[in-house]
Amino acid sequence: MSDAPLLDVQNVTRVIGDEVKTTLVAGVDLAVAPGEFVAITGPSGSGKSSLLYLLGLLDVPTTGEVHVLGRPTSKLAEDARADLRLATLGFVFQFHFLLPEFTALENVLLPMRAARKLSEAQMKARGRELLASLGLADHAHKTPDKLSGGQRQRVAIARALANDPSVILADEPTGNLDTASSDQVLGILRDLVATKAADGRGRAVVVVTHDLDLAARADRRVHIVDGRIATDVRTKG
Amino acid sequence: MSLVALIAWTHVSSRLRQTLVGVLGVATGVGFSVMMAALMEGSQRDFITQLVDSLPHISVTDDRRAPPMQPAAIAYEAAEIRGQTSPATRPGIKNPYAIMAGLEGWVPGAVAPSVQAKAVIRFSGRDTAASVVGIDARREQNVSKLATQIRGGNLDNLYKASNAIVLGDGLAKKMGARPGNSVTVTAGNGRAISATVVALFHSGVSQIDDTQSYTLIKTAQILAGQTGLVNEIRVKIRDATQSRDIAARIEAETGYKSMSWQEAHQDLLSAFEIRNFIMYTVVEAILLVASFGTYNIISTITHEKTRDIAIMKSLGLRASTVRRIFVLESVLIGMAGMLIGWVLGYLLSIGMGLIEIKSPFMDSTHLPIYFSPMHYGLAGVVALIASVIAGFFPARKAASVQPVDIIRGAS
Repeated sequence: MSDAPLLDVQNVTRVIGDEVKTTLVAGVDLAVAPGEFVAITGPSGSGKSSLLYLLGLLDVPTTGEVHVLGRPTSKLAEDARADLRLATLGFVFQFHFLLPEFTALENVLLPMRAARKLSEAQMKARGRELLASLGLADHAHKTPDKLSGGQRQRVAIARALANDPSVILADEPTGNLDTASSDQVLGILRDLVATKAADGRGRAVVVVTHDLDLAARADRRVHIVDGRIATDVRTKG
Repeated sequence: MSLVALIAWTHVSSRLRQTLVGVLGVATGVGFSVMMAALMEGSQRDFITQLVDSLPHISVTDDRRAPPMQPAAIAYEAAEIRGQTSPATRPGIKNPYAIMAGLEGWVPGAVAPSVQAKAVIRFSGRDTAASVVGIDARREQNVSKLATQIRGGNLDNLYKASNAIVLGDGLAKKMGARPGNSVTVTAGNGRAISATVVALFHSGVSQIDDTQSYTLIKTAQILAGQTGLVNEIRVKIRDATQSRDIAARIEAETGYKSMSWQEAHQDLLSAFEIRNFIMYTVVEAILLVASFGTYNIISTITHEKTRDIAIMKSLGLRASTVRRIFVLESVLIGMAGMLIGWVLGYLLSIGMGLIEIKSPFMDSTHLPIYFSPMHYGLAGVVALIASVIAGFFPARKAASVQPVDIIRGAS
């Protein structure tokens, strides 16, 4: 297995605002290797989520470079960034953000339909398999309003895994869940780093969290203060 | 089903009330456009048909488009000739039967001569001004509908009495004359004959029925004092649309002014073109107004779905894919509106066709309706184009959503 970083952030700064400028992320260097489970912690407004959006190519750094699978991305066109996101990154948000008119299965199929790599039957089989692996086999045809908070978040994880991405990025994935559901979601994310992505590489999970219990179970804990990395501690490996 | 189609269909089908309003807006626009086009073209065609059927397709008269060269001008190469007296010529087409025989050799249709005279018809001591048209009764039935308009007899009755006359039923009513009565016909030049009313005719156009009468050509020639001459040769063409070309050839061959029905009614045909332009402008305006409804609906959906758009883009959907979703939603509304509008337009057209119109100048009639696939195609295409445009702008706005702005706000 190659140990080349899946994500490599080099001296990234993100400033927003025209007249009144606000620095969200300042001079961050961070490399995420395959098999790592990284927790990004920090106080509210410290820039954790902003860093995650930069890692996920949802935002473009003002200066610096974000490499995804070794590929520089700051100069990529929007469509190319969308394609890279679709193929290599999976997102889980605090609020599940499932499409309300679609069933759990249809939500999971969404990224696969966009990627158009599998036949309809193959997509459905994979979607059901993912839902089953997350304990949702009996809920495939329910719309999000018929699912509990924990079930919705597991559907969101299944959707993030649909295209078998190399990196899962999660923004407060347990922030809205009760303890039992949080444990379940955390366990699922924790187990993902032991699996391989579609390209045979090891997989990495990066989680932004306030949850100290979640952070304690990560391989690596990156603490952000005022947009800068204050500490970067490897607890395992 | 593709991702774009699936999401578009889900959006429009899950907002049935909104979608229905949009669809009905387009359907009403298409329906009324189709009905209006059917009505307008129906009335136009009906008018032209009446025009073409009631009059000869080509009228050859003894007029000339330019005055003929004077003999002196032909004989002498002079810059200007003054004080000459033009030779007097009798009005009328000379050798009409020879000309007609020549035309019958190549004209795809029928020809018939006529002589017109103004006269006063006296019956029971009462004088009524009328127009007397001398015809060849046998040829006439090939160039006009007169034979089918005869009441109380037939056109051949003109041959059954010396100086027979057929009166318009309105004219006969004014005079109190009936078939079998004897009337005195006095032409403008003072010539008078006694004629027997052998039949009446009813064309449905009061202006004709109240003032016109028919005699045999010889009778009219005596009245007009132009034996051997006719005023007009009327030509009926099998395909009326060829009249203009055939008229030009007749004029070139005979030297007499030959006027097609298109030339005679050029002002009317031009007016129809303007009317059609106005009609299609109104039709397009109706559909444009309908498209505002579609714009409103797609704008509402994109506004409501901003978060979903952000999620889809964060998952990796391209901006163009998002744009296609909302344009397709607009097209779905436009297509449904178009299909329902076609049915509505067809039913409205049939309904309008059942309305009876009564006029003091014409026989009662129904509104003329013309069913043409072009009306449906045009209304449908304009509705779809308007829908695409109506959907494009909100779709473009939706596609420009930056997911990070929405997700950051939602979190």
